[in-house]
Amino acid sequence: MILELPLLAFMVMTAAGAVLVKDLISSVFILGTYSFTLALVWALLGAVDVAFVEAVVGAGLATVFFLLTLFVTSEEDTRIRRSSIPWTALIGLPIVAILLLYGAADLPSFGDPLSPASTHVSPVYLEGSVEQTRTPNVVTAILMDYRALDTLIETIVIFTAGIACALILRRASP
Amino acid sequence: MIEAHDSVIIRTLGRLVIPIAQLFGIYVLVFGQYGPGGGFVGGVILAASMILAVLIFGRDGPDSWLATKVLHGDGLGLLIFAGVGGLCLIGGGQFLNYTHLQIPGLDDPSRHYVGILLTQIGVAADVAVTGVSIAISLSAEDEDLSDD
Repeated sequence: MILELPLLAFMVMTAAGAVLVKDLISSVFILGTYSFTLALVWALLGAVDVAFVEAVVGAGLATVFFLLTLFVTSEEDTRIRRSSIPWTALIGLPIVAILLLYGAADLPSFGDPLSPASTHVSPVYLEGSVEQTRTPNVVTAILMDYRALDTLIETIVIFTAGIACALILRRASP
Repeated sequence: MIEAHDSVIIRTLGRLVIPIAQLFGIYVLVFGQYGPGGGFVGGVILAASMILAVLIFGRDGPDSWLATKVLHGDGLGLLIFAGVGGLCLIGGGQFLNYTHLQIPGLDDPSRHYVGILLTQIGVAADVAVTGVSIAISLSAEDEDLSDD
């Protein structure tokens, strides 16, 4: 597709920019841009639900949380001293990249109907979700019905995160 | 503690945008069985609208009463979700098997539909309350910052 390469290049640029920029507020906004670009990529790949979550959470809520954190701490990047790149990273990271690319050659191609991911239980869900649950959106049917226990545990995780933030950050009101 | 913003433009726009955002959040939550969206995204949009109200009108402002009221409901969404599972247990089936929801007059797919809708409302409530709670926790700086 013609849009994929520019989006991918823009993602790499924003990811590098979020790490490299000195001002932390700029870094937060660049990270939000990265999340939104990632959402566009997922929408291009056909994963609309994931794209929706990424756009709302990554570009919206996480940015607000980062900004609120910066407002109560410091907006200056004072602790990070940028030293020179260690030689282990210069040697190790290209090796890791070559190994990952070597492994990626064995992955099934995008949308392959014979890949293991789309032959195991996916056909059961895709064929049965409308008859069994009256839910045309199969992603919702999988998340909330076929895999409801996983979603319950995720909800517990979110609840625990909120409780932990309240316990750590809030002080006793006078 | 977040104070109210003193710009008229922002306050007026907030009064316009926040109800639309909440309506859109409820739409995404209810429409999640037919299109993209669902409980998680709807809850996040609801949380974002309430955080916006807190940021614009202040934490104790009269127009952000929903965000402060909703904090009392922490854990309610989880209770709804697990409660639906418990109702399935009471109905004689496995945990979260919506076929055993004892609703008279509904066949099995419709019971699954109702179960999915209820658990989505539970997830949305949990996510919305948690989002507002984290935002208020993060902004809970008060006047005695010097004693630590």
